[in-house]
Amino acid sequence: MDLKNDQAGHKFLKEYNYDLGDLDRGYTNRTLYINVGTHEIKEKPVTPLMKDKFIGGKGFGLYYLWQAVTEKTKWNDPENEIIISSGPVGGITQYPGSGKSLVVTLSPLTNMPIDSNAGGHFGPFLKFAGFDALELQGKADQDVIIVINGNKGTITIEEAPAGAVDTHILGEQLTEKYAENEEDKRNIAVISTGSAAEHTNIGLLNFTFYDVRRKGIRLKQAGRGGIGTVFRDKRIKAVVIKFAGVKGNQNHPADQLTLNKTGIKLHKEIHDLDNVQNKMRKIGTANIIEVMDKYDLLPTHNYKFGAHKNTFKISSEVFISKVTQNYPDGCWHGCSMACAKAADHFELKTGPYKGQKVTIDGPEYENAAGLGSNCGIFDPDAILELNFYCDTYGIDTISYATLTAFVMECYENGILNKERTGGLELNFGNIEANFELIHQMAKGVGFGKIAGMGIRKMKAYFEKEFGADPKFLFDIGMEQKGLEFSEYLPKESLAQQGGYGLTNKGPQHDEAWLIFMDMVNNQIPTFEDKAEALHYYPMFRTWFGLNGLCKLPWNDIAPANNKFTDEPAKIPEHVQNYVDIFNAVTGKTIDKHELIRQSERVYNFQRIFNIRMGYGKRVHDKLPYRAMGPVTVEEYLSRQERYDQQLAEFLGYDTTGKSAEEKIKVMREYRESQYEKLTDAVYKRRGWTMDGVPMVEKLREIEMDLPELIEVVKKHV
Amino acid sequence: MFKLNNRDCEWQVGLTVKELLELKNYTYPRIVVLVNAEVIPEENYASTIIFDGDNVEAIHLMAGG
Repeated sequence: MDLKNDQAGHKFLKEYNYDLGDLDRGYTNRTLYINVGTHEIKEKPVTPLMKDKFIGGKGFGLYYLWQAVTEKTKWNDPENEIIISSGPVGGITQYPGSGKSLVVTLSPLTNMPIDSNAGGHFGPFLKFAGFDALELQGKADQDVIIVINGNKGTITIEEAPAGAVDTHILGEQLTEKYAENEEDKRNIAVISTGSAAEHTNIGLLNFTFYDVRRKGIRLKQAGRGGIGTVFRDKRIKAVVIKFAGVKGNQNHPADQLTLNKTGIKLHKEIHDLDNVQNKMRKIGTANIIEVMDKYDLLPTHNYKFGAHKNTFKISSEVFISKVTQNYPDGCWHGCSMACAKAADHFELKTGPYKGQKVTIDGPEYENAAGLGSNCGIFDPDAILELNFYCDTYGIDTISYATLTAFVMECYENGILNKERTGGLELNFGNIEANFELIHQMAKGVGFGKIAGMGIRKMKAYFEKEFGADPKFLFDIGMEQKGLEFSEYLPKESLAQQGGYGLTNKGPQHDEAWLIFMDMVNNQIPTFEDKAEALHYYPMFRTWFGLNGLCKLPWNDIAPANNKFTDEPAKIPEHVQNYVDIFNAVTGKTIDKHELIRQSERVYNFQRIFNIRMGYGKRVHDKLPYRAMGPVTVEEYLSRQERYDQQLAEFLGYDTTGKSAEEKIKVMREYRESQYEKLTDAVYKRRGWTMDGVPMVEKLREIEMDLPELIEVVKKHV
Repeated sequence: MFKLNNRDCEWQVGLTVKELLELKNYTYPRIVVLVNAEVIPEENYASTIIFDGDNVEAIHLMAGG
């Protein structure tokens, strides 16, 4: 056992030794279960059924969560679990984007399963340490740290030291503490959250890894759905994993040569083309800030508008000058896409760490759009600092940004005022009030505590406490299923409304992002076309989460000849790459059709899981109208020409002499009916009833007719 | 009148592909332009004239979120 721990005075609550075992074709064939309440630690075998039906990653997470909970379990019950898993392809170093960890739990925002992914080293290290997944269950009676040493084969549950909870400090301290020396720090990965996760429902999990070049920690986040809130509710302060000796053949793949060849092909593509395509190596996902603005899609002032005259102040060029260090920056070995970015030596101007010079990861597009334009803030330094505090306090930047934009609109409409916010003047663009709000969340005080509940609970609170109009709150509160929307304006794209609304976990864009295919390219004009896209893309993208893969190398780079293929939006060559690397690792022989079926099994499982928990049906797929069209006169007038033209063209409606209110009403009836028709078409394509329940025949067709699923489904058809 | 992404678009005499992209504010770097199903290389945008009744596609290969 690590003497340094004993010397530091930590009390070991449990020690467990295990055989290191072997990795074979992407699997260790066992998982690790830890109950922080009872201190039980055990190993579980990975069964053939798990590998055949659930593959890995979030498939394993959902599988274990299903067994852990009942339909009555709440997010803060001890039986709720947090499951972290990579996936069979995860941890390879040949193909870019292969270091993802998938996290699953019951969400405090949605009361049903949430999945979220993060880069960094934890997922691969967990597998190399001997486990395909980690289940965390129970609730400790004091703060604990779990330490897994993947070289020695030891696991300890330790009393956590008092002191820092916020990740930029805690992650650094733990990396320092558990590394033997400077060289050893690269072998440490930590998951933790921050002080705001203890007081809000939007807590995230930070995945810390050591950046050898910067000689400091870097942070990636599993942000969505309040996983960090569950983590702290279990009184877990951190999980530390240590593994030294990462090698290119660590997964013991069936066909190393194909892995190498496929990886080299993509590396060359990125080398040759990234600079003329999306510049991911230079600026990362922030490259699209100004693109979204130009196409009227950048969420602005709580999704009222899609562009702003001041967007140039937060364009990617501005962040390039502030953020990058002139070298590509990755979060897992071998990722030549290298889109991670950071601002070093950034001096904080507010909060408890004011005056500290810190490294800030990002901003990514979501942060810039959410913390920036959506809240009316066009100050890049403010965005960076808010980004920093979201991360270190352990709150999801997307939920924080979207709920703050909602609060700001409520403030400007008189639903909130200074008295109700404890003095915060939460107008759009008020940077000072925004900082105060986030610092209040970290302390669990003031209006920050109310805002930290999330939009869904705020809506109920504002109605009850302030007599606010629930219809208006429903229209402008950009949440669905309890989860806040991510940062794209979907109201002019019916397909993207489906991409947000007809999802399993809520309006996160990682299932389908169809705005350009639909709104600009007009490639999916019919309901059937849209439904096909809303089948294919969610299934294809689900697959990344089964395998520990990042989405970005799929379509943020494209082969030079991609434009001449029959389906350029799918990037057919890259789809084949994924088939090839999956087969190369696992030794299986899937094709691109079986790839989709693998996802369909897990996707339908998750839908049925939602139904089992009392959600997951048509009524839960309804969207706030702000996501579908103009709620207010101000919005209508901002696009009057476009909307008037649509009313004339689609409905033959003569707008002459009509008030904006009259036109909004007609437009709303039309757009809501379109969404209903789309829902019908998508459910039909997915093999679901018109109430959104997967049909038994569909489950048989995809060989997912497990008895426990049939039992749930039969109650609802 | 001509078609742009299968939508009617007002035609102007001498309109080039380059001018059309500017007119529509299509600034994204990965756009594939086809006129009557023929791919137009980027170096020919300025010299390619769109005629009345043409079918123009400006496909944005936008990766997104």
